[in-house]
Amino acid sequence: MTAPLHEESTAKSAVAEPAPSGAEKKIEGRSLGRIAWDRLKRDKVALIGGAVVLLLVLVAIFAPAITALTGQMPNQRHEDLIDPLFSTPKGALGGISGEHLLGVEPVSGRDIFARILYGARVSILVGFLSAIVAVIIGTILGTLAGYFGGWLDALISRVMDMLLAFPQLLFIISLISVMPNSLLGLTGTGVRLLVMILVIGFFGWPYIGRIVRGQVLSLREREYIEAARSLGAGRRYILSKELLPNLVAPITVYMTLMIPTNILTEAALSFLGVGVKPPTASWGAMLSDAVQYYESDPMYMIIPGVAIFITVLAFNLFGDGVRDALDPKGTR
Amino acid sequence: MLTYLIRRLLAVAVMLVVIVLAVFCIFFLIPKWTGTDPATMYVGKQADKEALEGVREKLQLDEPILLQLFEFFKGIFVGRDYVGGGTVTHCPAPCFGYSFRNEQAIWPVLTDRLPVTLYLALGAALLWLVIGLAVGVVSALKRGSIWDRLGMTGALAGVSLPVYFTGLILLTVFAYQLGLVSNSFTPFGENVGKWFSGMILPWISLAFLFGAMYARITRATMLEVMGEDYIRTARAKGLKEQTVIGKHAMRSTMTPILTLLGIDIGALMGGAILTETTFSIPGLGQAVLKAINERDLPLILGVTLITATAVVIANLIVDLLYGVIDPRVRLG
Repeated sequence: MTAPLHEESTAKSAVAEPAPSGAEKKIEGRSLGRIAWDRLKRDKVALIGGAVVLLLVLVAIFAPAITALTGQMPNQRHEDLIDPLFSTPKGALGGISGEHLLGVEPVSGRDIFARILYGARVSILVGFLSAIVAVIIGTILGTLAGYFGGWLDALISRVMDMLLAFPQLLFIISLISVMPNSLLGLTGTGVRLLVMILVIGFFGWPYIGRIVRGQVLSLREREYIEAARSLGAGRRYILSKELLPNLVAPITVYMTLMIPTNILTEAALSFLGVGVKPPTASWGAMLSDAVQYYESDPMYMIIPGVAIFITVLAFNLFGDGVRDALDPKGTR
Repeated sequence: MLTYLIRRLLAVAVMLVVIVLAVFCIFFLIPKWTGTDPATMYVGKQADKEALEGVREKLQLDEPILLQLFEFFKGIFVGRDYVGGGTVTHCPAPCFGYSFRNEQAIWPVLTDRLPVTLYLALGAALLWLVIGLAVGVVSALKRGSIWDRLGMTGALAGVSLPVYFTGLILLTVFAYQLGLVSNSFTPFGENVGKWFSGMILPWISLAFLFGAMYARITRATMLEVMGEDYIRTARAKGLKEQTVIGKHAMRSTMTPILTLLGIDIGALMGGAILTETTFSIPGLGQAVLKAINERDLPLILGVTLITATAVVIANLIVDLLYGVIDPRVRLG
């Protein structure tokens, strides 16, 4: 992969100056980004995954608007819908009705549909932002290690090896447990979200760092880098203008594949009670609450579980598709 | 071989020291920066001033961090006496810390719970290795067939399902509805049959997740290996396909699998938190979660250390096994 990706520029020029004649279109040179996009377009399964991801992001963004439409707020209690004897919802399947599309929670009677929508905000936010944190740290340190080599490379590589061998979930929980209750002016749920994003991102960067380092190691010996250097290009120019564009493809692939893992980690943390604090809705926290009722009200457990499953599956399908599209040598 | 072993053991020692350092940073330095008194984390927030001072004195929290570290290491080998507040608390060697919250030494708690988690991890590992390898190899050899598609769809579902959700579903169906297996944990020493019955679902839940990952990796590696020249050579020699795959292809495929196995079994020593919580198994993971909720930091520190040690030792065993499986890395 020697030529940089031109995905953005092709897209822009295509809009700005439509091809004047059909003949010109036929012999159009295709950039790597364009080739990858064409390949992705043929992958139906990945496209479905991508569509679901897009839908989930939209649902997360517009959760307040959607709940306003259904008229159910995530923290609104409906104790009248709860059977006082068993404290489970009245009616079949956990109280599913036209008003409560996915039923209500046991005991409190809060609307599950609204809580699932708001839970999507937490999952998607933490999943994306922690992946971005990992990409930023990983790209910077991976590039430094690969480009400069020597003791810097040895140090960064050792740190990466070490972090990868750490019992991560345990360290993430420990780190979260010592974090203060207010940070950078944030309190309550805000702090928990910020801490989760930072900590999950911190433990994710070695995965990106290793890939970036390997890429830079092989790229820096290429002729075009030498050419740039012989033309008098400075280090900063070579790093940002010559190397970085060629790292976009692998970074995109690993970031897409990292998001579902991060979503699972967030859900696990909330399941264990160290994630977001109640009453903020989170899929993991809903599942942990549902453990008490799995015999009497199985729907309460199935709904958030399926939500996590669909989300993670969609991201995985899309991520696999992006990988295959950007890396034709892949074995699939 | 001997020099290699010594070098490796030295690396293990360095790794363990770094991990203790990291744990110390998490529990002593971060609270310091953020303005929380570490002593409060040892006795609880509602503790009176006297108890607080006693613990501060006993743990020498006002001493430099390096001295605290030295005392901690010394305690592992010769035991430790915590003196302060007019009382002496004795912690016999190997002293991995002392929980002032529950007034007990950490080491007996660890030795109590380690076997429980070890059986959980080893049983599951056996299961996921067999399933993962079988599905991966069949998928790779019959690429594109219905078996490949079925196997890979199942594997994708496996990696997208949170282990606690799989566990809850299995509990609902097999323990609660069908009554086939026990839904609670029985100690091994009490009744082996009941113990086995209670461990089946936890093993399956874990094996489903890890088996799915291993199947995906086995398939990818196998496909890559089957394209290598030496496989063609082996075939050209007229070897039976069975020998080509079983003796030549499998060796290379096993290398990355073995690496993962080492990391995964080690990490499960403390990372089986989710499975142990779901099935109420009194292992290390459950102990550490309880410790986190009670903010019983000495116990968290002890479990983190034990887990890290397990990861490092498992990696060492794997490195030594490489030579057996892959002649290329046989060490002189």
